Parts: sequence; structure tokens; C-alpha cells
Amino acid sequence: MASTQTPVAPSLEAEPKPTLGQRLSNAFTLLILLAIVIIFTLLQRTTFLSIGNLNNVLIDTSQLLLLTIGVTFVIITAGIDLSISSILILSAVVAAKVMIQFSGTPEQVAAYSFPNQAMAIPIGLALGVLTGIVCGLVNGLLVTRLNMPSFIVTLGTLGVFLGIAQLLTGGTTVAGVPPAIQQDIGLRDLFPWPLFGADFRLIPPMIIAFVLTVAAAVLLNFTRFGRYTYAIGSNMAAARRVGIDVNRHLLKVYALSGFFAGVAGTFDLMRFGTASVGSHQSDNLAAISAAVIGGTSLFGGLGTIGGSVIGAFIPATLRNGLVISGVPAFWQNVAVGVVLILAVYIDQRRRSAEERM
Amino acid sequence: MVKAVAGRAMEPVLQVENINKHFGAVHALRNASLAVWPGEVVALIGDNGAGKSTLVNVLTGVLRPDSGTMIFAGERVSFSSPQEARAAGIETVYQDLAIAPHLDAVANIFLGRELTMPGLAGHLGFLDNGKMRRETEEQLTRLRVRIPKLGRRLVTLSGGQRQGVAVARAVMWASKIVFMDEPTAALGVAQTEMVLDLIREVRNTGIPVVFISHNMPNVFEVADRIVVLRLGEVVAELDPRTASIDDAVLAMTGARRRDARGEGAVVG
Ligand SMILES: Nc1ncnc2c1ncn2[C@@H]1O[C@H](COP(=O)(O)OP(=O)(O)O)[C@@H](O)[C@H]1O
Ligand SMILES: [Mg+2]
Repeated sequence: MASTQTPVAPSLEAEPKPTLGQRLSNAFTLLILLAIVIIFTLLQRTTFLSIGNLNNVLIDTSQLLLLTIGVTFVIITAGIDLSISSILILSAVVAAKVMIQFSGTPEQVAAYSFPNQAMAIPIGLALGVLTGIVCGLVNGLLVTRLNMPSFIVTLGTLGVFLGIAQLLTGGTTVAGVPPAIQQDIGLRDLFPWPLFGADFRLIPPMIIAFVLTVAAAVLLNFTRFGRYTYAIGSNMAAARRVGIDVNRHLLKVYALSGFFAGVAGTFDLMRFGTASVGSHQSDNLAAISAAVIGGTSLFGGLGTIGGSVIGAFIPATLRNGLVISGVPAFWQNVAVGVVLILAVYIDQRRRSAEERM
Repeated sequence: MVKAVAGRAMEPVLQVENINKHFGAVHALRNASLAVWPGEVVALIGDNGAGKSTLVNVLTGVLRPDSGTMIFAGERVSFSSPQEARAAGIETVYQDLAIAPHLDAVANIFLGRELTMPGLAGHLGFLDNGKMRRETEEQLTRLRVRIPKLGRRLVTLSGGQRQGVAVARAVMWASKIVFMDEPTAALGVAQTEMVLDLIREVRNTGIPVVFISHNMPNVFEVADRIVVLRLGEVVAELDPRTASIDDAVLAMTGARRRDARGEGAVVG
């Protein structure tokens, strides 16, 4: 009987070698970051690699990092979330408004006294983050229930969420936030020992960003949630066939992206003590670029948290290095744009190589 | 249309009768009936558009029939989703590869049925990748399937190897019956041979396999029984030991209808 013979092993075929594109993109972002660091270090040996300066890069990047991590999940499912910048702004505005509201009577606040700030600040932070989650759920519901492309849905909510933030503030920066959010929480140095020199500051936003980044990596790599995220981006029809509740999962993924943007929004209050509707408006593109530069494929199914971390550090590293070197910081935009196009080009090449099934 | 086949004492695993399915004006299945017994390989053949995929989709819960009865493992059933059919022990290799190419073989084989860690970690959704891998290796050894580098994402494998994963997934999970819709359509000679061996391997465990193929030599090589569909109707049933490829082609194209056992013309 034929069954007694070993089936012809498919491994007899030549193993497809990883393409140049594949190998390139794996090391691509790390190389770019290294190149940036080396160039600036050579230019400005003392300043660029100093602890204080690296510390600044870390602090500057923590906010963009959160946006990037959140949107990485969405992009891996072959979706996109353009609204994260508006979610960030709206969350910051809601958090600021709530803090002011609960800190004391309008008279007290006007007199710069915040009797209830110990309660108002946590409530404000919580509601700010919750705002992010709700915005993400709205995106997810629109994408899954109306069966609309995420590009269109989040392009729409990009305007809607920003518009609501502007309506809440009258278009101006929210002032009068209890300063304790900045002094006692946001800028508190949690590492007061002079181990790395006096320039090193470890402030809560950095720790929050670090913890959430690690948690995201664990979620994506070791849990069923992460597995389904990749599966949906890789082949949505197959995911449905095997019984994965794709809509439910996508809803969670958009909520997660909203959550990360909401936390990023609270960083504004922690670091600057204000919620501004004027800044951050292009952070969505910066975060998406960072994720893509970090190897996340806009076609779905591919992406890592590690890549996104490196991708998120490239703009801040560039800007920082340019400023120190006395080069106009506007070159940052040019450089990031070029790197982005390169990254997508490599991704496309890889994709079409893989698709020859 | 319960056919009393000589020497078959067992009950059929699956018995469907008078299935009808319309797509708008298209009458894709016309009173189609089919019975499948344990330990047999049934080939479903027919011209393009004959309704083979539609029949498989109805039997595996992807589509709901407009009318007809389905008796599975002795009970009347109607599956409202592929998951229900799967839960009942029916596995399918779909014509359009239903794998996630960015995941590895183990992840694909366990997709939708992931094993999680014991205890709290499991409740949090932490995967037990080691256990899934061991079980995959065990099953693949039992079925004599070789998939090189279980940990590699399927995009890096050849089409044949990917199809091997899809087939392995179905046979690994099936407890009652396996359907394969053109499992060898995209494969070269060597991989086709592997899939055919796999079909025999499954049959030998007592689980019947219903497979669709356009490759007549393959069909005659592996099938115990050949069911011919034409324009949504079951028009003939052939015995590959006595019928010829010409008989099969004639039945598919409708030039002449005859029963393989030579009992004269049987009009379906
Ligand atoms: N989802 C569908 N919508 C409309 N018509 C369909 C659909 N699926 C199949 N059909 C039609 O039903 C008939 C049978 O198709 P199918 O079962 O795919 O045939 P086969 O697999 O034998 O080639 C064809 O006429 C086909 O066009
Ligand atoms: Mg078909």
C-alpha cells in the first residue's frame, strides 16, 4: 500500500532564500538610527552622546513612542488610524478641563488656588485616558459595523475629534491647570541619585512609556490577542473561517490605539501643564511614519514593537542632532521623509517577492 | 436516495438528500444527494460551475442550503457556520487557501484553537507555544507529513509546502470527515503525490475524505468511489476499479450517462 512509503518530502525543493529586501528591512531601521547617531557623534562628539542629551531625546520621544506603538497594532491588522493626533489633543483637553473643574470653584481656580487638586488630578488623568479609549471605540465601531475603510473613517474622525477639542476650548490653549500635575507628577525626578551625572532625569512619562511599550510587546508576541492581530492582517478571510471574531478583535485594536493616544495626551499636561489644540496636529503622520520605518507593513501581517521603538526614535534623534550641530532642524522633515519612502519601497519589494506564491 | 451498497454494514458518516441551492437565478444545486461511509475516499468531480464547491460549502457550514436534509453521525443537523461544522468534527481544505501567510505552520494549524498556558497566564491569553509545537510535531509524524522548519512564516515556504500546512491542519483536527476542495490544483507532481498519500493516510484511520479534483489520473489513483456532478445534479456514481477515465469525462460533460457498474443508463 502506498501509505507505507514516506510521502515525498516537500523539503526536497530548494528552500526559498530570504530576499535582499527581507534582509534589508530587518536591519534597515537599526542601521539608520546607528548612522544618525554616528554622524552626529562625529560632528559634535561631546554634546550629542552626553547623558543629558540622550536623556532629552528619551523624554522628547516618549509621547511619539506611545502613538507609534498604538498605531502599530492597527497597521498590523492592515488598517490605519489617522485620528491619533486628534485623540491625543482631545484627551489632553478633556483631562485639563476636568482637572480645572474639580480642583475648586471658578473663583478659587482664578485665584490660583486648587483646594481639591489631589482628587481632581487623578480623575482628570483617568478621564483623559478614557476619552482616548472611547474615541478608539468609535473608530472601531465605524470600521467594523459600517464596513468602511479605516483610512476614510479615521480621516473623518481626525477632523471630528479635533473639532470637538476646539469647541471645548474655543480654539485656545487650556490654562489654569493645577501646577501640581507638572511639579509633583510630570516632572518629578524619580532617579535623584547622581549615578549617571546630574543631567540625567527619570520622569514619570518616560517610565509610563517604557512600561506600556514592554506591555505592548508582551501582548503582541505572547498572547492570543497578538496572534489574532497578525492573523487578521495576514488574511482576514482565513481568520474569519477559523472562527476568530474579527470585528470584535478590530474593535479592541482601535480602542487600544485610542488608549495609547489618550495616555500620550496626558503627557502634555504632565510635562507642560497645558493642553494645546495647536500643536501635535501632524503627530499622526509622524507616528505612522515611525511604525513603517520600523518595519511595520501597511499591507498588514508584519510589524514589531522593537521596530516601532527604533522608528519612533529616528525623528527626535535627527532633530536633536541637527539642532546641536547648528543645521536647520527643518532638515529633519526632509530626512524622515526620505527614510519613509525608502522603507515603504523596501516593504513593497518584499511583498511582491512573497506574493509569487 | 439511500443506496444499499453491497457489503456495507456501517451507517454512513454523512448522508445528505435533495439539497437545493440558488444564487439568484442560478440553480447551483438541484436535489443533490450524497452519502459518505467511514474509511472511504470519495472523489467529487464535474465541469467548472457544476456545483462542487457549493456542495462542499453547504456541507461544511459555509453556505446554508435552500432545502434538503443532512444527517451527520446519525443525527439531523444544519450547520449555520463553519465553526459549528468544525466543532462536529468536519474539517475542510478550502479552494482558496485559508491560511495566514505571515504566521508559521504551528500558528496556522492552531489558528482559532490556540492552546493557552495553565492558570492565570492562560486566562490572560498567554499562548503555550511549546505545547502547540509538540502536538503539531506529534500529529505530523503520525500522518507522515514533513513540513520543514515549523517555526518559519509560511511566506517563506513554497506553494506546495503552504498547501501541505493547510491539508495537515484539516486532517489533524478532523474527527469525523475531511473535505478538500481542489487541494492539489496549485501543486507540482511531488507535492500532489504527498497530498494523495495524506488522503490515504487519513482514510486508513477510518476517517473518510471527500475531495474535489480535475485531475482524472489522481482521482482514479486514490478514490474508492467517484461522484459526478453536472449542472448542480448528481448524475452518476462510478467505481474507479471498473470505470474508465472516458466514462468519467462522459458523465461530466453529459454526452452519455451511464453507471459504472454497467447496469445500463442511469439518469440522475
Ligand atoms: N457566491 C456565489 N454567488 C453567485 N453565484 C455563485 C456563487 N457561488 C457559486 N455560484 C455559481 O454556482 C454555480 C456552481 O459554482 P461552484 O460550486 O463554484 O462550481 P464548481 O466548484 O463545481 O466549479 C456556478 O454557476 C457559479 O457561478
Ligand atoms: Mg470550485
